[in-house]
Amino acid sequence: MSLTVLTYLVVGFTFALYIGIAIATRASSTKDFYVADGGVHPVANGMATAADWMSAASFISMAGLIALSYNGYGGSVFLMGWTGGYVLLALLIAPYLRKYGKYTVPDFIGERYYSDTARVVAVICLILCSVTYVIGQMKGVGVAFSRFLETDYETGLGIGMFIVFFYAVLGGMKGITYTQIAQYVVLITAYTIPAIFISLQLTGNPLPQLGLGSTLAGSDVYLLDKLDMILVDLGFQEYTTTLRGSTLNMMAFTASLMIGTAGLPHVIIRFFTVPSVAAARRSAGWALVFIAFLYTTAPAIAVMARLNIVDTMQQSDGQALLIEEKPAWFEKWEQTGLLRVEDLNGDGRIEYTADPETNELTKLDNDILVLANPEIAQLPNWVIALVAAGGLAAALSTAAGLLLAISSAISHDLLKSTYMPSISEKAELRASRIAMAAAVLGAGYLGLNPPGFAAGTVALAFGLAASSLFPALLMGIFARRVNREGAVAGMLAGISVTLLYVFQHKGIMFIPGTSFLGGMSPNWFFGIEPNAFGVVGAIVNFVVAFTVSRVSAPPPSEVEELLEFLHEPSSVASQAPPGAAH
Amino acid sequence: MAEDKNVERRQQFAARVRSLMLRLLVVWFVVSFGFGILLVEPLNEIRLGGYKLGFWFAQQGSIFIFIALIFAFSSVMTRLERDYVDGEKESGK
Repeated sequence: MSLTVLTYLVVGFTFALYIGIAIATRASSTKDFYVADGGVHPVANGMATAADWMSAASFISMAGLIALSYNGYGGSVFLMGWTGGYVLLALLIAPYLRKYGKYTVPDFIGERYYSDTARVVAVICLILCSVTYVIGQMKGVGVAFSRFLETDYETGLGIGMFIVFFYAVLGGMKGITYTQIAQYVVLITAYTIPAIFISLQLTGNPLPQLGLGSTLAGSDVYLLDKLDMILVDLGFQEYTTTLRGSTLNMMAFTASLMIGTAGLPHVIIRFFTVPSVAAARRSAGWALVFIAFLYTTAPAIAVMARLNIVDTMQQSDGQALLIEEKPAWFEKWEQTGLLRVEDLNGDGRIEYTADPETNELTKLDNDILVLANPEIAQLPNWVIALVAAGGLAAALSTAAGLLLAISSAISHDLLKSTYMPSISEKAELRASRIAMAAAVLGAGYLGLNPPGFAAGTVALAFGLAASSLFPALLMGIFARRVNREGAVAGMLAGISVTLLYVFQHKGIMFIPGTSFLGGMSPNWFFGIEPNAFGVVGAIVNFVVAFTVSRVSAPPPSEVEELLEFLHEPSSVASQAPPGAAH
Repeated sequence: MAEDKNVERRQQFAARVRSLMLRLLVVWFVVSFGFGILLVEPLNEIRLGGYKLGFWFAQQGSIFIFIALIFAFSSVMTRLERDYVDGEKESGK
């Protein structure tokens, strides 16, 4: 059976599974649609959260990002940042918002800060970060289709949109939750199987996490030492010790990703689906367990695939690879544009060095590490087909979660809570389906016509969540004195500072030529790169919010009651927060 | 009288939750920002098999410890809340 037919079969099977689940888990009330009726088991929710969280970027790009762009140790910012945020989420945010017991993040901000303005500002922040994030997923779907199934990008995107449309509009949070569980199983299988094979081949240890710390099979040289040595020989810096920028930049980058994670609405709303506060805490732990399967495997793939590539480029006699002897996967990936070789000095060999003057492997895209991994390691065709299905599962599950966050912000926060409070439950459910359909079409349109800024989007989404929503939620839960004026001013200040810094270095809306300070690192504030700036925006948010709150009237007594309710031991809690009847 | 006792118990509960959070967040900071970034160079002098220890914390160890922190929080909170409810039953007698 040819690889293409096999891939169609595997991907077709997973899609049939998602549609089957959608039909079985149709939403029949707004509570079903927004929070899956609050009846999801904590372990199941943990698994769904993991799929919701791990996007096309985690699945396809992260290992390559660590291995190539961030040269090993520098890539630790993603590993610690995207997992450490769950500690903040589990301790400081999720249990309290679950206790609050409503449907959306702006719901809480609107009530805690007794203000429609605060709610609308929160909706704007939410839509800004979710929309920038969803564009990346839509592109991921189109790219995965075009590379593995040899359709064109538009057709692939269309099929992906149809699938998401079907289960998200029909099932809402309920349908999305159960499809995400299936998608998690698909994506984690697809990610770990090639890693286990490669770890066995290189080190004889089937667990990639242990293989990474082992010696190479049949020798007493450690894998990591070998890679360090070879890279230094080729003129690169050491893999295990090279900083990303400075120590301060790595701290800021890690912190920005952590607090961004704890402030992303599509992740937070997943914790509204479990039956109790205790379940929300436990569920965050399970989510991180399921995420860790991928996140602790990724650094092993990064090292092993990079070593395999370097080895391929060196022949046994120590000479560089002859062009006519390059393996078959080389040509396949050259056609996709992810890989390019140019014989600059015309000696018929491909030299791979750190020096751009002599390096002849002129393009080595980050994504190739995961996508071409099975071929580089000469694994069977069904593994390649599985990787395609896994990449699609990762992109679709995250897209669906984001679309739900966007559509519930529109139908619940804007319509029901702000502009049309008299709307009936049935009409709200219909409105949420229409909002979902519009969000899917809008995301599809942006996926087909990606705006110029799409390249930097995922990092921007984290910066925005870190600088606006996370501080507003944290102060909302723990700082009694912070009031309406403080929260609104803080969110606006935090988001403006972050956007300004990103735009001044990367161009307004990322349009080249409009950056007024240049992307150059000498102009960076204390050497902090734009992607790491969310934490500075968050600090600005906190400072502005506390200062403004001090000089304006304290919050009314209802807020005091709400905070009492949030902090009382959960098993003695009454069913609903004060004032929730209306 | 019973009212005073309740307030006192509530404050005690809140203080315990705060100190639990604080201790866990200190560990969270130390294993990631501390061992993974600030102290990475001295720790890299120590080896854990093929891993330099600082590198291991940055790319593996901190993640395992994060998981342990969340489950520890979850189980201690459950115990604190149970104790609180038990105490309430007793004072209600």
